[in-house]
Amino acid sequence: MKRRTDLPSQHESEQQVAGNGLLHRRALLGKGAAVAGVLGTGLGPNATGAAAEQLVEPPWGREIGEDTPPYQVPSKFTKNIARTLSNPKFEPRSSIARTPHHLLEGTTTPNGLHFTINHTGIPDIDPKAHRLLIHGLVKHPQVFTLDALLRYPLTSAPAFVECGGNSVPLFSPTPIQADLQALHGLSSCAEWTGVKLSILLEECGVDPKDHSKWMIAEGADAPHLMRSIPIAKAWDDAMIALYQNGEPLMPGNGFPMRLLLPGWEGNLNIKFLRRLKLVTGPAMSFWESQVYTEPMPKGKIYNLTFLNEVKSFITSPSPGQALKQRGIYEISGIAYSGRGKIAKVLVSADGGKSWAEAALQAPIQTKAFTRFRLPWRWNGGPAILQSRAWDAHGAFQPTRSEFVAARGQLDSEPPVTAFRNHHCNVITSWAVSSTGKVTHVYA
Amino acid sequence: MSMRRALALFAIVMAGPALAANTSVESPHLGKPVTPSDVARWDIEVLADGTGLPPGEGTAAQGAPIFVAKCAACHGDGGRGTDLARGGKPAPPILVSDLKLKGIDASHATIANYWPYAPPLFDYIRRAMPWNESRSLSDHEVYALTAYILAEGKVIDAKLVINAKTLPKVMMPNRNGFAPRFPELMPR
Repeated sequence: MKRRTDLPSQHESEQQVAGNGLLHRRALLGKGAAVAGVLGTGLGPNATGAAAEQLVEPPWGREIGEDTPPYQVPSKFTKNIARTLSNPKFEPRSSIARTPHHLLEGTTTPNGLHFTINHTGIPDIDPKAHRLLIHGLVKHPQVFTLDALLRYPLTSAPAFVECGGNSVPLFSPTPIQADLQALHGLSSCAEWTGVKLSILLEECGVDPKDHSKWMIAEGADAPHLMRSIPIAKAWDDAMIALYQNGEPLMPGNGFPMRLLLPGWEGNLNIKFLRRLKLVTGPAMSFWESQVYTEPMPKGKIYNLTFLNEVKSFITSPSPGQALKQRGIYEISGIAYSGRGKIAKVLVSADGGKSWAEAALQAPIQTKAFTRFRLPWRWNGGPAILQSRAWDAHGAFQPTRSEFVAARGQLDSEPPVTAFRNHHCNVITSWAVSSTGKVTHVYA
Repeated sequence: MSMRRALALFAIVMAGPALAANTSVESPHLGKPVTPSDVARWDIEVLADGTGLPPGEGTAAQGAPIFVAKCAACHGDGGRGTDLARGGKPAPPILVSDLKLKGIDASHATIANYWPYAPPLFDYIRRAMPWNESRSLSDHEVYALTAYILAEGKVIDAKLVINAKTLPKVMMPNRNGFAPRFPELMPR
């Protein structure tokens, strides 16, 4: 233990599996070694050779505690763990709230911290008066109440939801100095419970072999947000979600019901769902003709980009955090793919010159966040941390040069809040300086 | 009922639920049937080819004063954007500009240089605008605003009457500019 902050011992150097201090993913398991958290209280035992702190009995151990609230809220000491708001004065435009991945752990986004984008405010829907209509090219058009849907067989599945505009600050030609929340905060993961859409469509007389049609999905919010969706997704894994992490959907996430299309572009997961209409072609709505489109370097513009491609990012350490002492840290992050399960995540501490395979936290679930971890000995010198994910279908994240070659980059640095293009899954790089400061870089 | 028949019936009754549990889940059938007239007020989408466009019509001249009254506060004079939008900040979009598409930057996209079809413009104005009073405009007013924005963008002659017949025929300059990112996921 006393060697932890010194130069690597013979034993530990044997475990170094990639450049600049990356250790084997199982190096610390079962060996009793402590890992210094990035946000830890500072110095570990004996780090300075100072005497141990004299332990006292604090006031909360000598007094009656607080009353018990009917609905728990987090400790006042964690008030900083909050979403950032793009439109705090509620001006006449979209309101965007981003998830603070750098302050969270595990794979589930708490409901109060799930990202939301609402274009005309959050509707105050009375669930008893809400109706879901399924019509169009169906034999038996029908309307469903929430009470009716609750009598259907319910299924639960974790799924990430990611805005097509997540990570788009990385289209900038220069690395925008912003934190993880600003760069990748438009992606969250929850356990969703609801009715499989296939059950309802079959009741409406739609042939489950029919893969030729489109569904128009529309919300009950003021703009009646509408998207066009291939019906095949209904026969695969689409759900009318009613619960989010065990409780009814949050108002900002679509209460009382939303369409959930696991792995697909967030905006397609229509919130406040009130209408599904089967039709023969896409609407090419505002959202499909302008917003969720991707101009390509050679002139074509991609749209109808249903899938979110494989992505990963390191949540700790990340910009805004600081490494206060050299020694062992755990590199921790999130990986996910709209195609299915994550197969592997590699981590580099030397800007991509060498890589080590991270441990993936079980269970690895399809189209859901997968937590990866890897121990790292920071020797006090500069480092560039990167993660690169592969999914079970063989898709993997492009390097910066591969991404720019395929998708291009902007001519100048945009505001970090701007959406100049969509669907960006390039590798993210964090630089650690010799003072322990973490910044966003390109490598 | 003979004992044999009673036993056989009992076996069927007992086997029924077990078989159901092993095969497909019973479907509750709790939806209420609806007719087209029941759903008429909700049945508002207009598809890219103009399917769903309602009766009514309007011209750019009729749309101009409506735009001033209902739209310009957020989208700027003539739809040319507010200072906020022109500075690249999050803001209601610029509807009309002389900007050409440039590189991969979609902030240069306007209706005239970007949208592949004209009917979705009617759809969006009718369903979502004005921002603070969605679906307060009559179909005539929506046709008139559609005509105004297309005329300001020099996509149509300012005198063209826009209605369910003429709007689908408007050839948007960027009609062939788009490609689906995942052709294998398109309906077939």
